[in-house]
Amino acid sequence: MELHDVWFVLIAVLWIGYFFLEGFDFGVGVLTKLLARNRPEKRVLINTIGPVWDGNEVWLLSAGGATFAAFPEWYATLFSGFYLPLLLILVCLIVRGVAFEYRVKRPEENWQRNWETAIFWTSLLPAFLWGVAFANIVRGVKIDRDFEYVGTLADLLNPYALLGGLVTLTLFTFHGAVFVGLKTVGDIRERARQLALRVGAVSAGLALLFLLWTQIEKGDGVSLVAAVVAVAALVTALVAVRAGREGWAFALSGVTIVAAVAMLFLTLFPNVMPSSLNEEWSLTVTNASSSPYTLKIMTWCAAIATPVVMLYQGWTYWVFRKRIGTQHLAESAH
Amino acid sequence: MDLALAPETLARWQFGITTVYHFLFVPLTISLAALTAGLQTAWVRSGKEKYLKATKFWGKLFLINIAMGVVTGIVQEFQFGMNWSDYSRFVGDVFGAPLAFEALIAFFFESTFIGLWIFGWDKLPQKIHLVCIWMVSIGTILSAYFILAANSWMQHPVGYRINEAKGRAELTDFWLVLTQNTALTQVFHTLAAAFLTGGAFMVGIAAFHLARKKHIPVMKTSLRLGLVTVVIAGMLTAISGDLLGKVMFKQQPMKMAAAEALWDGEAPAPFSVFAYGDVDKGHNKVAIEIPGLLSFLANDDFDSYVPGINDVNKAEQEKYGPGDYRPNIPVAYWGFRWMIGFGMTSFAIGLVGLWLTRKKFLLPQQLRVGDDEVPHLVLLPKKALGPTLTKWYWRIAVLTLGFPLIASSWGWIFTEMGRQPWVVYGVLRTEDAVSPGVSQGEILTSMIVFTTLYAILAVVEVKLLTKYIKAGPPELTEADLNPPTKIGGDPRDADKPMAFSY
Repeated sequence: MELHDVWFVLIAVLWIGYFFLEGFDFGVGVLTKLLARNRPEKRVLINTIGPVWDGNEVWLLSAGGATFAAFPEWYATLFSGFYLPLLLILVCLIVRGVAFEYRVKRPEENWQRNWETAIFWTSLLPAFLWGVAFANIVRGVKIDRDFEYVGTLADLLNPYALLGGLVTLTLFTFHGAVFVGLKTVGDIRERARQLALRVGAVSAGLALLFLLWTQIEKGDGVSLVAAVVAVAALVTALVAVRAGREGWAFALSGVTIVAAVAMLFLTLFPNVMPSSLNEEWSLTVTNASSSPYTLKIMTWCAAIATPVVMLYQGWTYWVFRKRIGTQHLAESAH
Repeated sequence: MDLALAPETLARWQFGITTVYHFLFVPLTISLAALTAGLQTAWVRSGKEKYLKATKFWGKLFLINIAMGVVTGIVQEFQFGMNWSDYSRFVGDVFGAPLAFEALIAFFFESTFIGLWIFGWDKLPQKIHLVCIWMVSIGTILSAYFILAANSWMQHPVGYRINEAKGRAELTDFWLVLTQNTALTQVFHTLAAAFLTGGAFMVGIAAFHLARKKHIPVMKTSLRLGLVTVVIAGMLTAISGDLLGKVMFKQQPMKMAAAEALWDGEAPAPFSVFAYGDVDKGHNKVAIEIPGLLSFLANDDFDSYVPGINDVNKAEQEKYGPGDYRPNIPVAYWGFRWMIGFGMTSFAIGLVGLWLTRKKFLLPQQLRVGDDEVPHLVLLPKKALGPTLTKWYWRIAVLTLGFPLIASSWGWIFTEMGRQPWVVYGVLRTEDAVSPGVSQGEILTSMIVFTTLYAILAVVEVKLLTKYIKAGPPELTEADLNPPTKIGGDPRDADKPMAFSY
């Protein structure tokens, strides 16, 4: 296994980390409209991810930075090619970050409601758009001989990609509902469980369709295994939710995300961004990667930093392990 | 195509707008993290409540500020790929590495520990909670270091070779990229200026309350901390600025000649106090100068030769081929002056303030005040300022909180525009760095979207800051004074509300 293959795996790991972690906090954002019956409940939902959402988001920045360093061509083609969807994602992430922090800083109801609406939309849109983006990456887009994206915005919104978007949106919402079941007490915990069953069932159907489509078009033996694991984990997660085994349910919804994203990366390899115009013009791990020297330095950095990050981020989840309910909300609004 | 709306022009404007905006929050974040950590350390060590109140007050302003710093930083990470894809392709092998280091090491640190600090008051024992804010502070400083090392490589590329076959720069010596003198002096200068910014911010806000005789114990402590920070950081900013200037005279003589509007080389060369030039004809119409000073700034020697804009332009034409290698001279010239002017004015105001509010042992008996009284402003050895002058000092001190922000904005505009027409000095031109596949309409859309969004958020941010500044330090609660002894919080009462929730 050469260094650029190692880096393909590491980039996959960073994206998997991002979708696993920010997946449930996007989901919780969506649930503020679907699950919460009143404003204190909305606050409870937001506070389940309060101490951790920011750390979760850094997985995206790391995936972006690492792609820049390890696969500059991939970084350049992807971000200049998917310009407008990426712009929308950036706007969402900006507003979302400010919304969490500022919502509570004024007591006026209007102020708080506006930020709550913002949290819903800025969680929903990226959850959908990342699926669209990844579906397009896997399936291939119009890339010319200079590695420039020459398609249009409409090309990115094809049925396969839209289906991919619905899969990530529903899967993250399911993952979020399971997380809420694990982190709350009282009535909202029970309702999260019921909602998880419904969202999870929809998600399972969509995911099955999407992974099947991917497998038929691009798959091989290994990707089939990953796809089967993803769907099986999702179905088992639903069983666990039904049985009230919240810890297991969360682990399994996590496995679903890990396996599904892994499946996409497996079908992608050795390409990183296939061209739909001419196979010769595809970006691959070889022609898009950095020099061995840079990859070596980056490998050292990632090999040391990533486990340490996982350790202290894991510790954070342990520090904030207590379940919360409306009775735990701090009295003062700010 | 209309030049004013050419993709290169638009991409440059967008980079300028988003970067200067981002950098309004960066120096405050860096310095307030450390100052808040210092105040919290004082609380943990001394147990004096004024330190805890100060920690909570400055911590709140810090959080309002860092939220904006973090979200505007996301754009920075991705716009290289969006608007500057040819730049990314050409330099990614070198430039990407420090960016990835920044994310993997610094961003994770900052973002994870800030969550622990915000929500950890009733979940972590006192000392572990204190460690969290220090971790955030270390994260901000590491982040500054890596991104400035990356920028320094654009100012003065080292440790790379050009791979002709692949048409790109490739890293050959990462250690050199991280430790070259450009990087070290830029880090020194930027961090010093960051603390000048945070110090002036503290001085301004403390002066606002002291002028109104409110929250006196907390604000007196904050004022002194701010003043000391301004004076030390101000001196370090000047020293590091001088060092950086000398480095730039060697590495980018054009930038420094432009900074001085020195058209033709001279020995000895004068420092320009005021000049009004005729760019097309290549000379100044009006000039007020201090003889020999520029030679000294460049080479530590009052008589040495300093090359002018026309000389360097000619030399670069011989080296890189025909073309105009002059940056925008008025921007460089005035940017340089505003940077120094605003920065050093805040330093001077701090220096005066530190003398006026000097410690008790330097004052005669009758001018000493208790801990809960506003200090007299004492200019002469034994005489306090009258009410009018006192009022004016407080006013000026409030005003100065914005000066370092203006200074650092102009500092960046100067150093980035002074490097033009290069994006990587001597290696890659800015016009060759933009994304060829991104349309004019797309760039225009993103520029309008970001500018509008940033303008709205600026209003929201300033209003929030003002509200919390005016509110002053919070009253301490029972929970504040009784931190938990166990990680995760004491199990005393399962339904106890959180100390803080969103």
